[in-house]
Amino acid sequence: MFAYLVRRVLYAIPILIGVNMLTFVLFFVVNSPDDMARMQIGIKRATPEAIERWKVERGYDKPLFFNDAASGTGRLTDTIFFDKSLRMFAFDFGRADDGRDIAQEIRDRMAPSLAIALPTFALGLFAAVSLALLLVFFRATYLDFWGVVGCVAMMSISSLFYIIGGQWLVSKLWALVPISGYAAGIDAARFLVLPVLIGVVAGIGSSTRWYRTIFLEEISKDYVRTARAKGLSELRVLFRHVLKNAMIPILTGVVVVIPLLFMGSLLMESFFAIPGLGSYTIDAINAQDFAVVRAMVFIGSVLYIVGLILTDISYTLVDPRVRLE
Amino acid sequence: MRFLPFHASRPRLRIAQRVRSAFLTVVVGSLLAACGPLWNDPYPAAERGQNILYTAFTERPKHLDPVQSYSEDEATFLYQIVEPPLQYHYLKRPYVLEPGVAAAMPRVRRYDAAGKELPVNADAAKVAKSVYEIRIRPGILYQPHPAFAVGEDGSPRYLALSAEDLRGVRGIGDFPETGARELEAADFVHQIKRLAHPRLHSPIFELIAEYLSGLKSLQAELAAEAKRNPGWIDLTRFALPGVEVVDRYTYRITLEGAYPQFLFWLSMPFFGPVPPEADRFFGQPGMTERNLTLDWWPVGTGPYMLVENNPNARMVLARNPNYRADTYPCEGEGENGAIDREAGLLADCGKPMPFIDKVVFSREREGIPYWNKFLQGYYDASGVSSDNFDQAVTMTSQGEVTLSDDMEARGIRLLTSVSPSIYYLGFNMLDAVVGGGETKEGRERARKLRQAVAIALDMEEFVSIFLNGRGVPAMSPIPPGMFGAREGEAGINSVIYEWRNGQPQRRGLEEARRLLAEAGWPGGRNAKTGEPLILNLDTTPGGLGDKSRSDWLAKQFRELGVQFVVRPTDFNRFQDKVRQGSAQLFFFGWNADYPDPENMLFLLYGPQGKVKFQGQNASNYENPEYDALFERMKAMPDGPERQRTIDRMVAILRYDAPWLFGFHPKSYSLQHGWVHNRKPGSMVRNTLKYQRVDVARREAARADWNRPMLWPLVVVALLLAAVIAPALLHWRRHERATAAGCTAQGGRP
Repeated sequence: MFAYLVRRVLYAIPILIGVNMLTFVLFFVVNSPDDMARMQIGIKRATPEAIERWKVERGYDKPLFFNDAASGTGRLTDTIFFDKSLRMFAFDFGRADDGRDIAQEIRDRMAPSLAIALPTFALGLFAAVSLALLLVFFRATYLDFWGVVGCVAMMSISSLFYIIGGQWLVSKLWALVPISGYAAGIDAARFLVLPVLIGVVAGIGSSTRWYRTIFLEEISKDYVRTARAKGLSELRVLFRHVLKNAMIPILTGVVVVIPLLFMGSLLMESFFAIPGLGSYTIDAINAQDFAVVRAMVFIGSVLYIVGLILTDISYTLVDPRVRLE
Repeated sequence: MRFLPFHASRPRLRIAQRVRSAFLTVVVGSLLAACGPLWNDPYPAAERGQNILYTAFTERPKHLDPVQSYSEDEATFLYQIVEPPLQYHYLKRPYVLEPGVAAAMPRVRRYDAAGKELPVNADAAKVAKSVYEIRIRPGILYQPHPAFAVGEDGSPRYLALSAEDLRGVRGIGDFPETGARELEAADFVHQIKRLAHPRLHSPIFELIAEYLSGLKSLQAELAAEAKRNPGWIDLTRFALPGVEVVDRYTYRITLEGAYPQFLFWLSMPFFGPVPPEADRFFGQPGMTERNLTLDWWPVGTGPYMLVENNPNARMVLARNPNYRADTYPCEGEGENGAIDREAGLLADCGKPMPFIDKVVFSREREGIPYWNKFLQGYYDASGVSSDNFDQAVTMTSQGEVTLSDDMEARGIRLLTSVSPSIYYLGFNMLDAVVGGGETKEGRERARKLRQAVAIALDMEEFVSIFLNGRGVPAMSPIPPGMFGAREGEAGINSVIYEWRNGQPQRRGLEEARRLLAEAGWPGGRNAKTGEPLILNLDTTPGGLGDKSRSDWLAKQFRELGVQFVVRPTDFNRFQDKVRQGSAQLFFFGWNADYPDPENMLFLLYGPQGKVKFQGQNASNYENPEYDALFERMKAMPDGPERQRTIDRMVAILRYDAPWLFGFHPKSYSLQHGWVHNRKPGSMVRNTLKYQRVDVARREAARADWNRPMLWPLVVVALLLAAVIAPALLHWRRHERATAAGCTAQGGRP
């Protein structure tokens, strides 16, 4: 297993270089260093001289990929790509274009992002799996039918509707929790109740249907019939046997998402004024701040790779037949 | 199956129960404790009943260093902290400059090339240099700040800090000791030198360097120093010949030539004071890594100081305990301030400012939560967006704007004002079709084409449909209320409008079609070749030329028989097109920096041409007569002669029509009845010190508007029970069913 993990980590390096290069190309196709300078200095009175000075000071006056004017390895290393990308692999993200430390910003914003994403994820998973098992328990009854209808209806509604409707109903009309905002510590709870609730409700329709399909496939297998024949209660059959054996497809979808919870939720953070990493990325895209965009894409890629490796490891935990070699 | 003995399972159960009940107690208890009587109050309970103004910001400020900050979002914070020498009178309109921290208005002397002093009304062409002598009021203190803290021996307390000293330091409040000192003339000189700092990229450096002797050479010296020295640069070691300290409270600025608008720049933080101690304090190693910079923590003498800076969530200004004696104005708009007196804006005349102890700015990215929190009383003021316009405002049959009944009932007040801005449709004069090319005949035909377009695009309809009436159709580049703008019949654009029944009436489409035919495009087709006339609008998504607006424009052009093509592109490419002169028609806007017609009319000054000179004249319009008049006008004092010159310039623009003067936006702002002394006026940015809040009234309104409703929770619980109960029954029936019973019933779950 150790050799497998080392191999996966080594595979990650070319993937990360590729992602970094792709981000770089896509960003600079849309924005030139001149555009970035204008955005920072202000469009109103940005002169060509001021733009040039800004570029020189930030190292954006160099060629993007290949430096004709340099010699030897300098042709590749004396470029914007090399300058801005190499440090990333040491998790040195440098400074945003407005001069602020990116690593510090990420550290500050990670907690609010996790505060909303973790409970939403955990409660959503618990609710969806439980509901799916119940629908399976009541399969072919009116409860199953209306449950599925409800799930289809819920997954057909835009999450924006849940957010705006939830804010209006729970916060404005019933005045039960604040509409938006955030506070550190235990006081954060009252700001998180509504977004977490909305996050769970908005995601429950599609998740429940997905898990129900998995469980239905599992419940028709012989071992389930055997368990029933042994006299086990239906709940025990479902939660002990069916759930355990359905773990592989569940884990495939779930474990890979866990590391990405750090990246935050764009919509939730925006509407509920949660100062997390999702809004940081959006702000950076709007401000054409390449340093931040690059750092966030890089972290996203790393976390995704970590998620995939964790998924593989989790297979070995739930299914003894799986061996990582 | 193995059964555990009873005594073994009980303790485990008890522990689980205890943990569960403790968890519930902590969560529910903390929730209720934090909520207090108002469950949806987003602010800490400790702030209740305090003299705090609550407001919101949508965009995080990029720069708070006075040498860099230039946007309105940033001005909201910075103007309360840093005090320039001059300020605008809070109430008087048209805007009037008055001393801020200066003891009096600057003394301006003009000299010719021989060094002889010239009279105030001397011809600007003869002025070789202008000298501004500014004396500041003695006794003004800076806010308490660690940069001023000194040890027992009088040396700076926080200098040469080590990494160990800075461990755990994240904000300016983490330094336990602070100090203060008196404001001095040298602080203003220091800040002017910072305009040339190569690492600070001041947006006005190029502009000011045109006038301020030695600024460019200082920049070159500092750039060389910055290469040698990657750390902090001590600006006190460098001289700037154009600026000198006369005595402790007086400094002198020497400009090349005449630049009367310089007084307006003296009312901006670019020319505010920055103490060298603060510069040195923040320049220490390890500070920038902790976001401890002047750009993050500005230092000033203003009524407020920044005590919390989390631009992702919340920024807090607190009263500066060292703020100077400053009183609310006793004069206002109208004769003897009649207009402001009637509006209750002079009730606090002579009272010491600031009135409010703390200002809390919360980040709201979305308009809906912002608006709802305003309606709940958690924000003291709000703008009016298109989304909530109908809820907030009603239009009378006479076209007057009033508050809706719901807003009236809540005691909300509406404030409106015309912004010193313009949005216009620019014609690129370098384009062969709308600019006319090289020949005189071609230019004449293009002029008539532009006039025809300007008549056909009905700006009154545009403002009504797309802005809910929140704009004033423009008659010239100069917004109403600014010197040079004329009202009534004298102010109409006679090329586009006629004066009928006491108001301007847009000329008919027949007139536009006639002009189009004279331009060589009868019915929108080339008179010689029969080819259709195609006009292209370059625009950005979401800009003034977005889909619905473009459709409206196409409809207007169809009335002339002109084919209209929209060329949408992203913002950067759009800017590139305008810079390279490859756009044909484009929407642009301009916010005035200061209330002087020069700041609007320079947008059509030839030497500001975008393509030739990378200036602000995006239409690349050139007219020698206009340029000559502009050069004269900009140095003139306000008066009849300047007005005549402006009238002629505006007449040239109306005739040549390089722009379709679009509209001047009208800002709508709502405030709760408990907020006092708010007066709209986008030039005045240090507004917070004037405002007052009736805290008791706000508390009562919040309590009344936000009573928590608990019955929905009961209903939700009952609904859940109604869903769960049959399921439970079903389950119990299933679990109790025997195989025989099941078979007998002929089914299985």
